[in-house]
Amino acid sequence: MDHLDALESQSIYIFREAFNRIGNIAMLWSLGKDSNVMVWLARKAFFGNIPFPAVHIDTGKKFKEMYEFRDRYVEEWGLNFVSGDCPPVEDMDESLPPAARSAARKTAGLKTMLEAQKWEGIFAGIRRDEEGTRAKERYFSPRSGAGVWDSKDQPPEFWGQFNTDFPPNTHLRIHPLLHWTEIDIWRYTQREGIPTVSLYFSKDGRRYRSLGDEDITSPVTSDASTIEEIITELETTKIAERQGRAMDHESEDAFERLRADGYM
Amino acid sequence: MDVTDPSAETLKVAIVGHVDHGKSTLVGRLLHDTGSLPDGKLESIQAICERRGVPFEWAFLMDALQAERDQGITIDTSQIWFSTARRQYVIIDAPGHKEFLKNMITGAAAGDAALLIIDADEGVKEQSRRHGYLLHLLGVRQVTVAVNKMDLVAYDQGRFEAIEKEYNAYLSEIGVTATHIIPVSAREGDNVATRSSAMEWYDGPTVLDAFDHFQVVTQPEGLPLRMPVQDVYRFDDRRIIAGRIESGMLRVGDTVLFSPSNKTGKIRSIEAWNANRPPMEAPAGHSIGFTLEDQIFVERGEVVSHEADPPIETDVFRARIFWLGERDLSPGNRYTIKLNTAEAEVRVQSIEHVIDTGDLSTAPSDQVERNGVAEVVLQSDRMLAIDEFIDVPSSGRFVLLDGYTIAGGGIISMDGYADQRQLTTVRASNIQRVEHAISADARARRNGHVGGVLWLTGLSGSGKSTLAVALERRLFNLGYQVYVLDGDNVRHGLNADLGFAPEERAENIRRVGEVAALMSRSGLVVITAFISPYRSDRDRARRATGDRYHEIYVKADLATCETRDPKGLYAKARAGEIAEFTGISAPYEAPDQPDLEVDTMVLDVEASVESMVEYVRGRFDSGTTSDVTETSNAGGR
Ligand SMILES: Nc1nc2c(ncn2[C@@H]2O[C@H](COP(=O)(O)OP(=O)(O)O)[C@@H](O)[C@H]2O)c(=O)[nH]1
Ligand SMILES: [Mg+2]
Repeated sequence: MDHLDALESQSIYIFREAFNRIGNIAMLWSLGKDSNVMVWLARKAFFGNIPFPAVHIDTGKKFKEMYEFRDRYVEEWGLNFVSGDCPPVEDMDESLPPAARSAARKTAGLKTMLEAQKWEGIFAGIRRDEEGTRAKERYFSPRSGAGVWDSKDQPPEFWGQFNTDFPPNTHLRIHPLLHWTEIDIWRYTQREGIPTVSLYFSKDGRRYRSLGDEDITSPVTSDASTIEEIITELETTKIAERQGRAMDHESEDAFERLRADGYM
Repeated sequence: MDVTDPSAETLKVAIVGHVDHGKSTLVGRLLHDTGSLPDGKLESIQAICERRGVPFEWAFLMDALQAERDQGITIDTSQIWFSTARRQYVIIDAPGHKEFLKNMITGAAAGDAALLIIDADEGVKEQSRRHGYLLHLLGVRQVTVAVNKMDLVAYDQGRFEAIEKEYNAYLSEIGVTATHIIPVSAREGDNVATRSSAMEWYDGPTVLDAFDHFQVVTQPEGLPLRMPVQDVYRFDDRRIIAGRIESGMLRVGDTVLFSPSNKTGKIRSIEAWNANRPPMEAPAGHSIGFTLEDQIFVERGEVVSHEADPPIETDVFRARIFWLGERDLSPGNRYTIKLNTAEAEVRVQSIEHVIDTGDLSTAPSDQVERNGVAEVVLQSDRMLAIDEFIDVPSSGRFVLLDGYTIAGGGIISMDGYADQRQLTTVRASNIQRVEHAISADARARRNGHVGGVLWLTGLSGSGKSTLAVALERRLFNLGYQVYVLDGDNVRHGLNADLGFAPEERAENIRRVGEVAALMSRSGLVVITAFISPYRSDRDRARRATGDRYHEIYVKADLATCETRDPKGLYAKARAGEIAEFTGISAPYEAPDQPDLEVDTMVLDVEASVESMVEYVRGRFDSGTTSDVTETSNAGGR
C-alpha cells in the first residue's frame, strides 16, 4: 500500500470512529499546513461533508495572510465556521516564561469555547514528530474536566481500538494526524493540491516552517518557494520544525506545562 | 523527485526489554550516530543534564516528560523518525518497568518488528521474557535481540554467548526465531550504527544493519474479505456504508454477506470524494464507503465478507489474553468486548489456565492478575462474527473493557468450539406458522399433565442414560406420557449423517433440541440423555422449548466417571484413540444454574430418580401449571 494512502486511511478511520462514538464534536482549524490537511481528510472521511464545526481560536495576533486565507476557504470549502476569542496575556499564569505565557492565551480561549459549546471531543492536528511530549500522545487522548492532560497515566491504545468510553465530564482530544511527519504533510499537500498560506514559501530568503502568533514565531532561512523545493529542503535539513516557535525553547519544561494544562 | 515515491517505505520498530537495560539510550545513540538529530538537540540535552547535575543521558532524547527525567525511567511509549538509505523508520521506544506494561503494549503492538534489549551484566530478567512472549501474542513476528552494555562485561564473548543461548532457548519454546542476536554497547556506540573494534569476535550485523534486514509487513495473499462496518452515512441521497477493508478485496458488483445478521447485498458503487474516477475495487488497508443495489438495514459492527468465505459465527470461544486491568479477571465476571467495530457483553465462562511467562508453565487458577497471561473461555450475550487469529489476525483479536477502560486484549482460537453459522441461519423464507386447533391446555387436560423437556446433561459415564430410562419407567407407571431421546438412538436415524467434529456435535444437539421441543408441545414429557457439553447448545435447546425446558445436571466429576468407564471410552481417549473426547480433550461446560442437580457421586440410582420424580410432580401436573402458556418462548433463566 502506498505510504500516503496508508496515512490517509488511518486518519479517515480515526475521524469516523470519533464521529460515531462521540456525541458533540468539533475540529480545531489553526489555518496552518497540518490543519488544512486535516480539513481535507475530514472531507474525504465524510464524502465531501464535514458533519461538525471548524473552530478557530483567534488570538488576534495571527499574520494577515492567515486571516485572508481563513476568509477565503471558509467560503470555498463550505465550512461550518466558529471563531473564539482569547483573554489578554495579563490574565495568564505569571510563572510561565513570556512566549509560553502568550501561547497560553490559546488554551484559555479554547477552554472558554469548550464550556460554551459543550463539545465532548475536539480534533487537533498535532503530530508526534513535532516535539517530545506530543511523541507520547494517544490518538484518543482523554482530558479531565479542567482540561488537564495526565501524561503519567494514559490509557492503553492498540490494535486499532481507541478509548471512546469515559466517565461523564471527560473531554477528548482526537489526533487524526498523530502518525504523520512534516514531510508527509507536504507530500500529501502536493499530491492532493491542498491550498496553503503563502507564508510557508520563501520570500527574501526566508520562510515560515510553522505558523503561530506573529510576535512569537520567526521564519527560517530558506530559498524554497514551491512545495517541491520545500520537500527537497526537508529531506536534508537539520533544523527542527518548531525551532521558530519561541515557547518551545524558553525552558526545559515550559512546553510540557502548557500541554499539561490543555495546550494542543 | 517523485513525491509519492514508493521508496518512501516506512517500517516501525518497537524497542522493548527490561527496565534500565538501555532501550532509550540505544535509541538516542542510534539517532545520533545516523546523523538524524536536529541541530542543537545534543547541546540542549547536554545543558539539561548539566542543569540537573547528572552525567550526559542519551535517554533524555526520548524521555521527554519531566517525570521521566526526574526518575530516570521511561513512563510512556514515544515515537521518533529516522531514515537510512534503504527506508524510513519509526522507532517506538517502550517502557520496561512492569508498572507501565499497558504503555509497553501500546507501543509494541504498533511495531512491524521489534528490537529486544538485554543487559549483558544483569542478564535475562522478568520483563525480557514477558516482553518476548507478548510480542508474539501481539502479532509482532520479527524480533532482533541486542545484548547491551557489553562495555560493563569487558566485551566478553563468553558472557554474550551464555545470554544468547539462554534467550534463544526461551524464544524457540514460544515459537520465535530471532533474526539476529547482536552484542552492543549503546552508551559507547559499539555495533549500533557502526561496527565495534572492541568485539572482533563478532561478525554479524550491527543494529542498523539488522533494521534494514527487517521486512515490511504486507498482508499475506489470499486472505478472505473482511470489512467491519464502521458507520452508515446519509449526508445526501446516498446511503453509504463506511469501513476499512481489514483483509481481502472488495469489488463493485460483488455480492457480499453481512454477519452476524446474515443479510446479503450487491455492491453498486465504491464512493470517494475528490477522486479522478470512481474506484472499482478496494484492497486491504483502505478506509472506504460503498453503496448497495438494494437498501437493506445494516449497522455498525457487522462484518462484510464474500458468501463463500464468511467469518465464524459463535457466542462462545477460547482466547489467549493478557490482562492489564486494575481488578483481577475471574470466572463469571462480565466485560465489554470490542472486536473491530463490534461490541458486545461477554462473561468469563472459565479460566482454562494461567501462563507463567517466565518459565512458560501453566497452572489452573481462579483469577488472572494484572500483567498476567491466560487461556480463557468467553461467552457473549449475542452472536459474534469472528475469525481465528491464526487464519485472519485482524478479526481474530479483541480488547476487553472493564467499565470505561481497556483492561486486556486477546487472540481467538475455536479449538473444540463449533461455528454456529449453520445452526442459526434460517435458510427458507416465506414460512408461516400454522395455528393448531388444539390448545396446549386441552392437551394437558387430557393427559393430566403438561408437556415439557427434562434435559439431562453430564459427562460420559455420569449416569444420564441409566437415570433417563429408570425415570421414564417411573413416570410411565405414575401415568405420565413420557419418552426418552438417547444419543445412540438418534444417531442411527435422525442424525445418521453427523460425525463428532465440533460443528456436527452442535448440529446433533440442535436437532435433538428441536425434536424434543416438538414432542413436548404434543403433550409429552420428553427426557433427553446427551452429554451436551456446550452451554450455547443447551441454551439453544432451551430457547426452542421455552419455559418448559428443565435442565438437570447429572453430576459426577471426571475422576469418578473415569473409574466407572462403562464403555471403556475414557481408556481409549487417554490412549489417544478417540479425538476430542469430552472431559479429556474437549471441554465440558457444566451448567451454572441447573433447574435441578442430581449428584450421582452421592445418590444411588433410586434416590436420584426419586429426586427427579419429585421435581416433575411439582411442575408438570395440570392443576399447578395452568399458568404456563403455549406461546411462551422466553429463553432466559
Ligand atoms: N555502561 C553502559 N551503560 C548503559 C548502556 N546503555 C544504557 N546504559 C545506562 O543504563 C541506564 C538505563 O538506560 P535507559 O536507556 O534509560 O534504559 P531503559 O529503561 O531500557 O530505557 C542509564 O543510566 C544508561 O546510561 C551501555 O551500553 N553501557
Ligand atoms: Mg526507557
